[in-house]
Order: sequence, then structure tokens, then C-alpha cells
Amino acid sequence: MTQPATPEHVAEILAAGTPAPDFALHATPDQILRLSELRGRPVILVFYPADWSPVCGDQVALYNEILPEFHEYGAEIVGISVDGAWCHAAFARDRHLHFPLLADFEPKGAVSRLYGAYREGEGTSERALFVINSDGIIHWSYCSPIGVNPGADGILSALESLNGKSAPAKAESFRADTMESRP
Amino acid sequence: MSDSQLTPPVSERDHVTGSADAPVTLVEYGDFECPYCGMAYRVVKSAQAELGKQLRFVFRNFPLAEAHPHARLAAEAAEAAAAQRKFWEMHDVLFEHQDALEAEDILGYAKSLELDMEQFARDLKAATYAKRVREDFRSGVKSGVNGTPTFFINGSRYEGSWANEKDFIHALREAAQQSDRGVRTTADANG
Repeated sequence: MTQPATPEHVAEILAAGTPAPDFALHATPDQILRLSELRGRPVILVFYPADWSPVCGDQVALYNEILPEFHEYGAEIVGISVDGAWCHAAFARDRHLHFPLLADFEPKGAVSRLYGAYREGEGTSERALFVINSDGIIHWSYCSPIGVNPGADGILSALESLNGKSAPAKAESFRADTMESRP
Repeated sequence: MSDSQLTPPVSERDHVTGSADAPVTLVEYGDFECPYCGMAYRVVKSAQAELGKQLRFVFRNFPLAEAHPHARLAAEAAEAAAAQRKFWEMHDVLFEHQDALEAEDILGYAKSLELDMEQFARDLKAATYAKRVREDFRSGVKSGVNGTPTFFINGSRYEGSWANEKDFIHALREAAQQSDRGVRTTADANG
């Protein structure tokens, strides 16, 4: 299913401090989700190689169970792979997933490439995690060896450190400076 | 992520079996409905038999409830049994009957363990131990648990294969030797 992990291989994914490139991808066959729509709350981007593969299955199942903890930080989580929207729909239904899976399908892998998280040889996304702050800046990123489920401890630590600085406890509240610029 | 450490370390809060001064503490994060945990249950039993007083074993709940619809109830049942000092008895019964974890099955196991049925049924119904199960789950996430079962040997996540009983027992023996040489991990010292 996956290539043996080569320990030396570290993809050059976008680093902390970089503005997260905006994108719009299909969340369902007839719905498109734009990253900037989620501005104002932390966003967890989970790039993963493929629906149905054993490690990915475990990884998304784990995040699905941890949703209440992510939501406590006011964070949204989205999965991204090069699978099509119909494939995602079947996978999400089978695993009872309660967060969106986005289809980086056409042009294939374009968003994964934007984030430095595309594997040319395999034609899939890397197993890469990004935590984006409420202002749309990458706060933390991590690229896991392709065959290793990275768990969620890194994501939670990132959300925690974000929380200390700027993140609202509830999705509805905004930073003061953001508030002022709002009508 | 790698180099994951058990957080928080083993404490009085935990369900512990085996000798308190054992050189090796094995912690499992498990799910009573997970088939791999069912396999691991046998492996842990063998390890306990092999290592005897050298091993102390701790079980923490990590129910993947979306994947395993009975896992949460089973975990709460084990905690309700723990409140009546029968955690390990219930732990064993649940793993030996992974294909029968409906509420009525679980009540049957509680009866066979001679629990106070009124109290047990009340605890299950009121989800008295849901919070405790969730605390276990959260501690697992913090500790870097990425699936079930995940094992920690003297506080460090075991990255090897548990499915190979020989390798697993070998890893535990090595940890015992290291401990005997005075190389103790913080988690173990705190535990």
C-alpha cells in the first residue's frame, strides 16, 4: 500500500510563520469549501495519501474520536487527499467521519503542491499536518514518514500553544484587532 | 509523533496488576471491542506468565467508539466493576467475549462476577464512569497513542511488534535488565 518509509526523506512542507495559501476544494460532489471561509478560528489541515489504506484509516478514525477535544479549542479539522469527492463520500460514510474530506483531485494534487506536501513519484499527498491560526498563518507543521500514523499529540500541543497566545476558546469570539475591522 | 512518553505517569488512579516493585511496568491503551486488542490480550497473558514478579501491568481505556459501537459501554462497564474491586475480572471477561458486548451480555458478566447488580446497572445507565474513560482517552492522545493497542514500557512507547510474542517478551526482559542496572526512566521513578 505504501512505500517503505525512508527515514532521511523529509518533504519541504510549508513552515510555521508562512501565510497558509488559500484554496477551494470539493468537500462533497456538490459543495466547495474555501479555506478562507474558516478564518477567525484555528484550522487543522490533514494531508494524507489515500482513503482506504490501513494507516490513513487509523489516522482519520483517531481524529474522528478526538473531534470534541479539537472543538474545545474552537478548531476545525479537514482532511485532504487526491481521492475524488465520490470516493471521499463512500469512505466518510463507511467510517462514520464527522469532519470534511477535501478532494485535491483536479488539477490533481494542486493544493498539496502549494503546501509542499505532494509526492511526485507516487502521485499522492504526503502525510503532513498543519495547524493554521485564526489569522490564516501556519502556526505549526509536521511531515510524518508516509507509513507512520503521526497521532494527535503534536496537533493538540500546537493548539494549546496557540490558545495561550491568541486563539479563542469558542469559535464565535475573535481577537480584538479583528473585531475592530469588522462591521 | 516519535519518542512519545506516557503522560501522566502510572499513579494510584490506574488499574494495576502485578508486583508494585516490579522492574518493568507495561501500560496498554486498549479498546475492548478492537480485535487487535483481543489478540494482544493473549500476548499480555503470556508475558505475565513468563515474567512473573518482574512485570506489572496497567490498562487504560482508549475506546474508538465510532469504529466500535460497543467499546464505550464496555469501557464504562470495566470501570463500574473497578468501583467494586473487580476491574481485572471484568477486563478478562470482556476480552474473552469480544463478540458479545451488548448491554444484556455485560450485565450477565457482572452477575457471573457476583457484583452488586443494582449498583452496577445504575452506574452503566447513568454513565457514571464516562468521564473517567474520556480522561484515559485524552491521556492516551497526549501520550502519542495513534491506534489500539498501544503499549508503553517503563513510560516509553513500544515501537516494536507485540504480535510476535517472542519479540515482545524479549523487549520486556530487556527493560527489566536495564531497570536492574539502575537505568530508570522518569515515568517509572514517578510511578
